[in-house]
Amino acid sequence: MLALKGLTKRYATGDLALDSVDLVVPAGQVLALIGPSGAGKSTLIRCVNRLVEPTSGSIHLDGEDITRVRGNRLRHARRQIGMIFQNYALVERLSVMENVLSGRLAYVGFWRSFFRKFPQSDVQQAFKILERVGLETMIDKRGDALSGGQKQRVGIARALMQNPKLLLVDEPTASLDPKTSRQIMRLICELCAEQNLATVINIHDVALAQQFVHRVVGLRAGVVVYDGPPTGLTPEILTTIYGEEDWTAVQKEDEHAATDARKDVEAALLGGHP
Amino acid sequence: MSSSLDTSASASAAQLDPARIAAAKKGSWRPLPLISSRKLRWGLNLAALTYIVLVYYSVDINWARVAQGFDRGLNFVGSFFTPDFVTRGGEIAVGLRESLTMTFVATVIGIALAIPVGLGAARNIAPRPVYFFCRTLIALSRTFQEIIIAILFVAMFGFGPLAGVFTLAFATIGFMAKLLAEDIEDAQNEPMEAIRATGASWLQWINYAVQPQVMPRLIGLSLYRLDINFRESAVIGIVGAGGIGATLNTSINRYDYDTSAAVLLIIIAIVLMSEYLSGYVRKWTA
Repeated sequence: MLALKGLTKRYATGDLALDSVDLVVPAGQVLALIGPSGAGKSTLIRCVNRLVEPTSGSIHLDGEDITRVRGNRLRHARRQIGMIFQNYALVERLSVMENVLSGRLAYVGFWRSFFRKFPQSDVQQAFKILERVGLETMIDKRGDALSGGQKQRVGIARALMQNPKLLLVDEPTASLDPKTSRQIMRLICELCAEQNLATVINIHDVALAQQFVHRVVGLRAGVVVYDGPPTGLTPEILTTIYGEEDWTAVQKEDEHAATDARKDVEAALLGGHP
Repeated sequence: MSSSLDTSASASAAQLDPARIAAAKKGSWRPLPLISSRKLRWGLNLAALTYIVLVYYSVDINWARVAQGFDRGLNFVGSFFTPDFVTRGGEIAVGLRESLTMTFVATVIGIALAIPVGLGAARNIAPRPVYFFCRTLIALSRTFQEIIIAILFVAMFGFGPLAGVFTLAFATIGFMAKLLAEDIEDAQNEPMEAIRATGASWLQWINYAVQPQVMPRLIGLSLYRLDINFRESAVIGIVGAGGIGATLNTSINRYDYDTSAAVLLIIIAIVLMSEYLSGYVRKWTA
């Protein structure tokens, strides 16, 4: 369970990115964080695993205060938090297997990781996850040899290798085509359900979010302006989050998307290539 | 919907010259000049022209001396058609072996020391104090030309290849560390963030997120530096730091241009070889 209390971030430039955000995400819940660009979505998830240092407030993960931990305790906190990135963030010159195993770095010593001698159980787990995301034949391919959807699956596998309690997902579909986006979202949501993970997903595509998540939090200028079920996102609410716009188009698109998604449910995931 | 778009369009239009907009509407458009002030632009052009004219009148060329030296130069060039590898063959072989040893040892030591300095000099991965310390070290190493360092080390360690090794290693540190640091600063940030987010330690982070990104350039630069160090070893030999340079210097002093030509041809051949090798290795490490 993730609990944020009064989380505030003011950048050195003076911009207030987060203004006293309170948020509790229980295990097993998939939460979509929506809001216009610059609303503080990325800052929020980067504060949680301390890639960005919060200015004030507190972050608790399963009761442990990780707001100010340093050194080994910070590494220990980070390894419990998996992160998935918009541009996949694979190390492109490393193989798929090395990328996935890098999720175990905080569990093994330096020399082991340097000589790529990971424990047998780690390699087995890596292979199993790669099978789960349909990339077990690609273990020796280099990161830059994969397509966008495949890279994102490797990114997901790397995050899961950490055996995380919490998954932070930053715009997982922004660089993917609509079909692959749905496959990736479905994969993330299924894995979270299987492993009972608390999950925070930053996402621009409101229709896609509504289709997959349990709960939506709307952020505007660093303040939570909506917190409720995906069905509660009326045009009025969307206007408070994003500003004036013709929202009926989004609703229609949503309906189309739902039909589309139903069609490729089974075929897509285990089938193979995006 | 259109209201917000309209405001942003007119906001940026306000910065434009209305005359340019009117002209563009009629289909005539030129890119904006690099320097917007017309006075400054023409002033700089005029200054450059004046400089060139002044330079032409200030360089004092003694044409008689040039004519005199031309024969000697021609002799030197001519000797490339009659290089003499044999007469001083022994000395050439010894000098060459010494130079190659110096080059290799100095390059290995230099790179080994340049890697930590380069890591410390990369703004995106080093803490501020370490960054400034390493940048100072690099600046120090790069300020002095190899010859000047060689003279210092010859004074410290005496004539011979030891001074040469120290000189080349010292110069290698500045060169490699600077270029390595720049490559690290250009590395993609997202993978580095991702590996940090796994809870990796600093060394693991360097090994997994930074090293793979900079390795090809590091290998390419190392081969390039090997090549530079070999060429430099010929130059610093002239001030007494050993190697093929000493042999070359002796032969030039004796007006034994055929031997000089032989030495230079060998240097050219080795540099060419390293050129082909580095091209091949670069393709293989991409």
